Amino acid sequence: MTRLSDLSAGATASLVEVGGERSFRRRLMELGLLPGTSLRLVRRVDVGDLLELEVRGCHLSLRRSDARLVLVDGERSS
Amino acid sequence: MSATVLAGHPRVALAGNPNAGKTSIFNRLTGSSQKVGNYPGVTVERHSGTLKLPGGGRCEVFDIPGTYSLSARSAEEQIACQAILGLPPYEAPELVVVVIDATQLLRNLYLTLQILEAGARVVIALNMVDLVASGGARIDHERLAQELGVPVVPVSGLRGEGISELASAIEASLAGAVPASAPVRWVATDELEADIAAVRDGLPTSWGDTDGSRGRALALWSLLSIDPDDELLAIPDALRELVGERRDLATSAGREIEAEVIQARYDWIDAHGAPLLSLPTEARRTLTDRLDAVLLHPLVGFALFLFVMGLVFQSLFSWADPMIGGIEALFGLVGEQAAATLPEGIFRDFVTEGLIAGVGGVVVFLPQILLLFLFIGLMEDSGYMARVAFLMDRVMRALGLHGRAFVPMLSGYACAIPAIMATRTMERRRDRMITMMVVPFMSCSARLPVYTLIIAALFDPNATVLGFVPVPSLLMIAMYLFSTAVALIAAGVLGRTLFKGPSVPLILELPPYRVPQLGSVIRMMWSRGSLFLREAGGVILVCTIALWMLLSFPNSEQISADFEARRATAEAELTGSELDAQLSTLAAAESGAQLQHSYGARLGHAIEPVIEPLGYDWKMGVGLIGAFAAREVFVSTMGVVYGVGGDVDEESSSLRDKLRDERYPDGRRVYTPLVGLSLMVFFALACQCMSTLAAVYRETKSWGWTVFLFAYMTGLAWIASFAVYQGGRMLGFE
Repeated sequence: MTRLSDLSAGATASLVEVGGERSFRRRLMELGLLPGTSLRLVRRVDVGDLLELEVRGCHLSLRRSDARLVLVDGERSS
Repeated sequence: MSATVLAGHPRVALAGNPNAGKTSIFNRLTGSSQKVGNYPGVTVERHSGTLKLPGGGRCEVFDIPGTYSLSARSAEEQIACQAILGLPPYEAPELVVVVIDATQLLRNLYLTLQILEAGARVVIALNMVDLVASGGARIDHERLAQELGVPVVPVSGLRGEGISELASAIEASLAGAVPASAPVRWVATDELEADIAAVRDGLPTSWGDTDGSRGRALALWSLLSIDPDDELLAIPDALRELVGERRDLATSAGREIEAEVIQARYDWIDAHGAPLLSLPTEARRTLTDRLDAVLLHPLVGFALFLFVMGLVFQSLFSWADPMIGGIEALFGLVGEQAAATLPEGIFRDFVTEGLIAGVGGVVVFLPQILLLFLFIGLMEDSGYMARVAFLMDRVMRALGLHGRAFVPMLSGYACAIPAIMATRTMERRRDRMITMMVVPFMSCSARLPVYTLIIAALFDPNATVLGFVPVPSLLMIAMYLFSTAVALIAAGVLGRTLFKGPSVPLILELPPYRVPQLGSVIRMMWSRGSLFLREAGGVILVCTIALWMLLSFPNSEQISADFEARRATAEAELTGSELDAQLSTLAAAESGAQLQHSYGARLGHAIEPVIEPLGYDWKMGVGLIGAFAAREVFVSTMGVVYGVGGDVDEESSSLRDKLRDERYPDGRRVYTPLVGLSLMVFFALACQCMSTLAAVYRETKSWGWTVFLFAYMTGLAWIASFAVYQGGRMLGFE
């Protein structure tokens, strides 16, 4: 298990759990980030400190600090 | 709002995810009949317009702010639920058109499910089907209609395809019956049913009908949205407590209500929605990916970003100049014409110096507003704006600002008015407010003439620092750095105090790039421009006229008679060019004398005790009052005060000499470099621009915040100028 923020670009993973405040968890879940959902880390943008994800064929991006609260089963970036 | 105009016509709400293409479909449906208003109580725009149905009927179409879910944390997000379900103060629409971005079908289905669960009459506009098709994929829209139990119309908002079919479907659906109750698409556990039932019983009576699907939807909305630290409006305490109790109960039983509900909805979506998609190859996405690889590149992307921003800045700062000059020349010409036709007297002065100058002072902002919104429109429409927020998020967040605040802040260097209007590209009120409260600090172009005059008049043009850095340039750069620093610090302070809010996770969508539609960009430029003219223009016009009156009345008969006599003497003694020169000197001196006699001058005297500690005399006070019309007016007001005429500019040496030679009765110089510095600091910080205040009022609809902006900026200006002047004196400068 690893943090979403530690995934390497291009890696796929399966979501385990969304942590953090209730409203944050609700928002991510409503965007389709539920336990068991498979996702792909499309790109890491270093200038903006953001991550771009693909979930259920949809693209969205998160701050790295927010992505730390999401636990996934996947390959850690080296 | 057009709801009253269209009384009796069915009301159709247009809902959808952000970036689902709601706007283009709205434009296609309503054509030129649009109106822009506000949702009451919140500064969220409400667009509405008339749709002519194929059968000859009409309905009112209005948009719901784009959202991924009806659940809400803030008052702004709450609007979607309130407006769709008809909670006070809104009336429920007869029909909801849900715009679905076909390229992001599954996520869009979540909001669709919520709206269907509420028992609303729904028509689906399956947008961007052309893009799905061009990617080689296909969505079985007929099966989608079967699965959802409502009409699904494939459309392309950008190309205008399927719009008449959509109108027909709306008409047919309006003619049909409202569904008695929404079919249950997911089965809740017994525990969840108990939670829903309990909350449904506790819903306030003002929320209307709580039977059937609607009551169930409201109960689910409450269970998911209400939270101890939410910012929702009009939630009764009893309901808050009830939701809290049910949630605690669930937690102690090891359940999580929101996870159960959301999981159940997505299970349905995965089971029924996912099979409708034939393998998406996403050609557009790959193009977008390739573009993003460049545009979001740490080096190249950032360089391109700086280039684009430089272009925006350049356009506001210099490209707008010829247009502004043209408008000023035009109004000058109209003024001259009026002066030539009207009989001499106070009415002529009112028309030329009050009315025409006032209208000109409003219209003069249009070039910059239109240009800025041209760029914003192109950036929004192409999808680049989302990347700007992406690129700037880290820097701006450190300052307590939203990534999108970068564009308004940059525009503030040209003029605060378009910059304040551009704050509405941010969704959250907090982000908009902080940006609006600090943008007026940015060193706008109206401060330049003032700085130029003061620096040229009071500082040695040949002085250098370290032997090679010229002092005048250094001062000018210092003023820009100073204003930027103050704006950023103020943003940090405001974000941690007055606008303190829980840090909300940034969830951005990076929409695929597409070619901007010139029509919709122009429509937005027009709507922004006319909004400014209508809502801020009136205030600016009234203030200009009031200021003119302040500086023109009362007219002293004594002074007029005195100068009449001196003119007669001159005419008797002089001829030719000597006479002309003398007459214009006299005219300038007369307007100076009249001004010194005006209410404005009395006000200048009255505020002298307040500004004296900053090193200013009452004449500068008059200049400061004049500067309230616009900062650069300080220069011409000082020209009148010192009797060198009102047509001076910052380059005119006569005014500079006057300032340098001005002495107090005891022989001390009035304008020392220290006074100049204090004056520049005052101009950097004080909110001396009524147009800014009018724009802030227009955006916030709150006199409270407008007054606050004026008070805190001007208060800060006083303190800083006081510190500069008195501190400087203590250190032995003059």
